[in-house]
Amino acid sequence: MRREFLITTAAAIAVGAAPVMAETVTIATVNNGDMIVMQKLSSSFEEQHPDIELEWVVLEENMLRQRVTTDIATQGGQFDVMTIGTYEVPIWAAEGWLEPIEGLPEGYDVEDVLKPVREGLSYEGTLYAVPFYAESSMLFYRSDLFKEAGIEVPEQPTWQDVRAWAEQLHDPDNELYGICLRGKPGWGENMAFVTTLVNTFGGQWFNNEWEPRIDSEPWQEAVGFYVDLLGNYGPPGASSNGFNENLALFSTGKCAMWVDATVAAGMLFNPAQSQVADKLGFAQAPVDQHPKGSNWLWSWALGIPATSDAKDAAKTFVIWATSKDYIELVGESEGWVAVPPGTRTSTYERAEYEEAAPFAGFVLKAIETADPVDTTAEPKPYSGVQYAGIPEFQAIGTQVGQMIAAALTGQMPVEQALAAAQRSTARTMQQAGYPK
Amino acid sequence: MAESTSATATVGAAPAGRSRRRSRRDVNTLPLLAPSVIVLLLWMIVPLGLTLWFSFQRYNLVVPTIRGFAGFENYEFLLTDPALWTAMVNTLLLVGGVLVITVVLGTLLAVLFDQDFFGCGFARLFAIAPFFVMPTVSALIWKNMLMHPVNGLFAWITKGLGLGPIDWFADLPLTSIVIIVAWQWTPFALLILLTAIQSLDHEQKEAARMDGAGPLAMFWFIILPHLGRAIAVVVMIETIFFLTIFAEIFVTTSGGPGLASTNLAFLIYMRALLEFDVGGASAGGVIAIILANIVAIFLIRAVAKNLDA
Repeated sequence: MRREFLITTAAAIAVGAAPVMAETVTIATVNNGDMIVMQKLSSSFEEQHPDIELEWVVLEENMLRQRVTTDIATQGGQFDVMTIGTYEVPIWAAEGWLEPIEGLPEGYDVEDVLKPVREGLSYEGTLYAVPFYAESSMLFYRSDLFKEAGIEVPEQPTWQDVRAWAEQLHDPDNELYGICLRGKPGWGENMAFVTTLVNTFGGQWFNNEWEPRIDSEPWQEAVGFYVDLLGNYGPPGASSNGFNENLALFSTGKCAMWVDATVAAGMLFNPAQSQVADKLGFAQAPVDQHPKGSNWLWSWALGIPATSDAKDAAKTFVIWATSKDYIELVGESEGWVAVPPGTRTSTYERAEYEEAAPFAGFVLKAIETADPVDTTAEPKPYSGVQYAGIPEFQAIGTQVGQMIAAALTGQMPVEQALAAAQRSTARTMQQAGYPK
Repeated sequence: MAESTSATATVGAAPAGRSRRRSRRDVNTLPLLAPSVIVLLLWMIVPLGLTLWFSFQRYNLVVPTIRGFAGFENYEFLLTDPALWTAMVNTLLLVGGVLVITVVLGTLLAVLFDQDFFGCGFARLFAIAPFFVMPTVSALIWKNMLMHPVNGLFAWITKGLGLGPIDWFADLPLTSIVIIVAWQWTPFALLILLTAIQSLDHEQKEAARMDGAGPLAMFWFIILPHLGRAIAVVVMIETIFFLTIFAEIFVTTSGGPGLASTNLAFLIYMRALLEFDVGGASAGGVIAIILANIVAIFLIRAVAKNLDA
């Protein structure tokens, strides 16, 4: 038995080795629904390209960031394709860590990619990663509950409206909570949301002299509002809820409102994944005094590190995964509501998508209006809606996120949390040598 | 080493008639010992040396343009950071809290499981089982199935009793971690203490009973003194492991909310892998080594005194 096995294995190896050795492309990606679909459909890519073998490393968002950042910064060369976002791409491109994406084939039609997304993934006019999907943020609500309570939602609600509605609909005895928001600490988790809130309350991370402004009046107001809103009308354990936890809560009917990524729309409208598919309403992300910067802009994109030893094969793959043909493939096998949103104009021009996804035009508008430069009431020196596009921001966002979570759970008062956040940010900036 | 010297000394004191055997025994063992000693030394020195080297460097992975010798800047930055002191207090609370719980519970359970009862073999096996569950797995179970404020068993019980659910990891983060770690390590204390109790002489117990000692007196004056050494060993081994608790914190609270459950190990992880500050993290590592050594000195002295007695 064992011997036979050895012989067949040897034979298989001999046969396999006869043609050109298959090139292995290692892909690091995030465990979001759309990426899981990509992994599932990748067998069709491997059929088309028998000489390329794909290897997957699928990780939770925070873990992914750690792994790819350590790998690329130490020139580890472990991955050939990395899933990175609009925050990483310009910074890493400036360090020369990424391969520029040039010489795209004719059929790829790079002009079709939405402009804010394309610009977010470029550095000095060159594209350094191709977008897999893109998102902004918006308000989701339960149309049945709102109708019952006689509430009309305007196209552009304000945060004061939202607070009043949350108070009215909050019913914890029946496991219905007024509002679900991100509370899990992390610069890409709670801080993404809190930063948009601060923007629209008129605040910002740094002033033009690169001095942190976290203890300023707008921050106090915004974070105070957030703690009050989520603490009083949110689900228990809100401080450990990120995107996926809130998605689970909202899709099982436990939240009356939810402000989060537009990409959730596709999942909430999909009856296979959501119990609230037929009673879903949506509106633009709420605003306060300042009308800008209330909806973020993010794109998960595929980039190729300069250390990759299979650059051509990796490029073939990223082109396939972000092409029009791939969107078509997902539309046919998974249904049009599940196609990766926010990247291509052509997706939004398709009748099938328009029909399956009534939120499509809305998402498109949210992405097109998200401008990473002009978001704050006073001028700011950094780019990015829900983050500050400097290398130090990961550290700063993580620390401040912890402090905000502490304020949310009542471990410390808002004022004290913001003072601590201001202090630690000032220290980090000083150590990094700002102002530059 | 000490053994070989004393052996030579004994041989040296032997009568002169055996001088031939002495020279044969007096082999220089250094070349034989050297490889393992050198490997062990390198094993320790290389990582330690690298940590020390990095702790004096300005080295942040995401800002590769700023590199070079930093002097004591990393240490200064760390020692003036209020987070370090919070982390140290948390570390000590964590170690102390879990030690008290595991030793007390372990002793009581050891006395209980020492009794002969129906199915005691199975009961012992099950009581020891938590120790074999991986820390990440047990932390996940505690987080999602027991302590979760919506889906957890504890929330269901407190709701059933008419009390509100407790949001364990938000309201009592450090306590929750102490509970989880204590659940994991009580079986270890139980295992060691149970074997120690079983080595207690039956005749001694019988004699005590004949002298009229009740169960409480037996426990205080016979069993507990007998367990003294075993408890000292448990305390020492557990302290070494508890100073570096990481998986439970990482899985459940991520050191938060705020810094409420950040210990020294988690602080170093945050500096190194969330902020990519290799220099600062190394400085934290050096401070952790110093702290561990201070604890070890006190501990080994206390334990050694106990073992001599």
